Amino acid sequence: MTDVTRMDAAALGAEIASGHLSAVEVTRAHLDRIGAVDDKVRAFLHVDAAGALAAAGAVDERRAAGEELGPLAGVPLAMKDVVVTRGLPSTSGSKILQGWVPPYDATVTQRVRAAGIVMLGKTNMDEFAMGSSTENSAYGPSHNPWDLDRIPGGSSGGSSAAVSAYEAPLGIGTDTGGSIRQPAAVTGLVGHKPTYGGVSRYGLIAFSSSLDQAGPLSRTVLDAALLHEVIGGHDPADSTSIDAPVPAVVAAARDGARADLSGLRIGVVQELSGDGYESGVLDRFSDAVRLLTELGATITEVSCPHFGYALPAYYLIAPSECSSNLARFDAVRYGLRVGDDGVRGLEEVMSLTREAGFGAEVKRRIILGTYALSSGYYDAYYGQAQKVRTLISRDFAAGFKTCDVLVSPTTPTVAFPLGARVDDPMAMYAADLCTLPASLAGTPAISVPCGLSEGLPVGLQVMAPALADDRCYRVAAAVEAAVAGRDGQPILAAAPSL
Amino acid sequence: MASISREEVAHLARLARLAVTDAELDVFAGQLDIIIGSVARVGEVAADDIPPTSHALPVTNVLRPDELGPSLARDEVLAAAPAAEDGRFRVPRILDDPE
Repeated sequence: MTDVTRMDAAALGAEIASGHLSAVEVTRAHLDRIGAVDDKVRAFLHVDAAGALAAAGAVDERRAAGEELGPLAGVPLAMKDVVVTRGLPSTSGSKILQGWVPPYDATVTQRVRAAGIVMLGKTNMDEFAMGSSTENSAYGPSHNPWDLDRIPGGSSGGSSAAVSAYEAPLGIGTDTGGSIRQPAAVTGLVGHKPTYGGVSRYGLIAFSSSLDQAGPLSRTVLDAALLHEVIGGHDPADSTSIDAPVPAVVAAARDGARADLSGLRIGVVQELSGDGYESGVLDRFSDAVRLLTELGATITEVSCPHFGYALPAYYLIAPSECSSNLARFDAVRYGLRVGDDGVRGLEEVMSLTREAGFGAEVKRRIILGTYALSSGYYDAYYGQAQKVRTLISRDFAAGFKTCDVLVSPTTPTVAFPLGARVDDPMAMYAADLCTLPASLAGTPAISVPCGLSEGLPVGLQVMAPALADDRCYRVAAAVEAAVAGRDGQPILAAAPSL
Repeated sequence: MASISREEVAHLARLARLAVTDAELDVFAGQLDIIIGSVARVGEVAADDIPPTSHALPVTNVLRPDELGPSLARDEVLAAAPAAEDGRFRVPRILDDPE
């Protein structure tokens, strides 16, 4: 009998729609898988077996009643804990929200539910999405299924661990500086950061509002595209939501799978290589570029001179925005309250609560952001970072004059060992070196597996102009098909079984 | 030379309502000094005549008609609060006691 946890979301959706599989048996199989492996992987902060089985049962009833089901109805999903879910704990990986049960659903959650997708539970993450390894979670790290002593990436590392460990075929992540793409790259998955404004931020617990975007994680490009079309599109509840149709990403993924990129102009970003990049990663990247040539694309080298300043600009802009956003955790309306003894005043209770509720990285970033926004420092730090942000967007615009997409490695290294960078914030920040430019420019970018280095997956990043998410999916699908053809199997098939 | 002192970090923590410990201050001051030294590299870019970007894509203010709509149930919201009383959030003392 086929192991349904090994099937991709598109296949599961088709089998459920045709009645060959029931949503309940698919859900049970994934809950069993979670029960069998999650004590090692620790992808989930909260598993909602009863809610998942009820949602699956409802899908089976709708089908039995003759209703036409969407392509992902009955397919299980792992939801990042930063996305609020009515009736289900939503902690954002923080002690300050421990036990909080939101009274409403994020737009992403509403759309997932409306599509009949079955939420299995909430996944681990770096606290408030600040980090690249899940080691900043207040609830302990998740583990990379390829090597349990290594990081699954972050901040969406619970979702990447769940999907690569076959605990769920689909995951929702959020990406502020690379938090979907980097976890996807180091676990052998596909992960897409949509154009800023392409997916509603309503109900995402805010980290850096001008950068945060939710997006899909999955084992195939088509699955990511199917989930993107479910969650994407205009939402009046988010003032930065783009009022335009969702790019035709499913059609693009199907088109790309024909592995023909004739006439496509691809730029290799020169600045995203060199010092700090592992040779194994650069070798796999060169192989991928060669593959793109064989698929018919023309390759040119492109210089984006300000990309080297993306890291310092990001680590001024994101902490500045977070220091403001996290002011909402004031011990009044939700979450933790510490030291309220009837004698202490509001300000002291607030300070004690925030001290007890936030972890070290969150405190560092709040202090850094408070500094960068201070009178006297504002122009030199936050203001200057915003100007550099303009120059990074101009570098992209210049690149897209001559190229349809730009490519780079997704990460400078493969998954590093747990513990290796926890005491060195700058080393941890460097994990986002390649993903930060697209975040700052608001442009879409995808990571697709392109090979192995020392037995661990390497991701190829494909960046496109704003609202041209479909190009990311087309190129990624072509690479996925060509790599599977070259290796005789998909990258993830090389992962050891748990 | 240090770009940020332990005293400045303590001041910023107070502004941000974080009751950090002495041990944390020791660690954060050193780490933030390194981080600020590194992010200060943005100053190398000649950008005097470059407009700042606050949002990557054009953002316009969005208004909706001023009409009554559904809102969250009061009791459900208060159930998630750390303390509630008489259908309201109960907060710690915000004024000094009268003499």
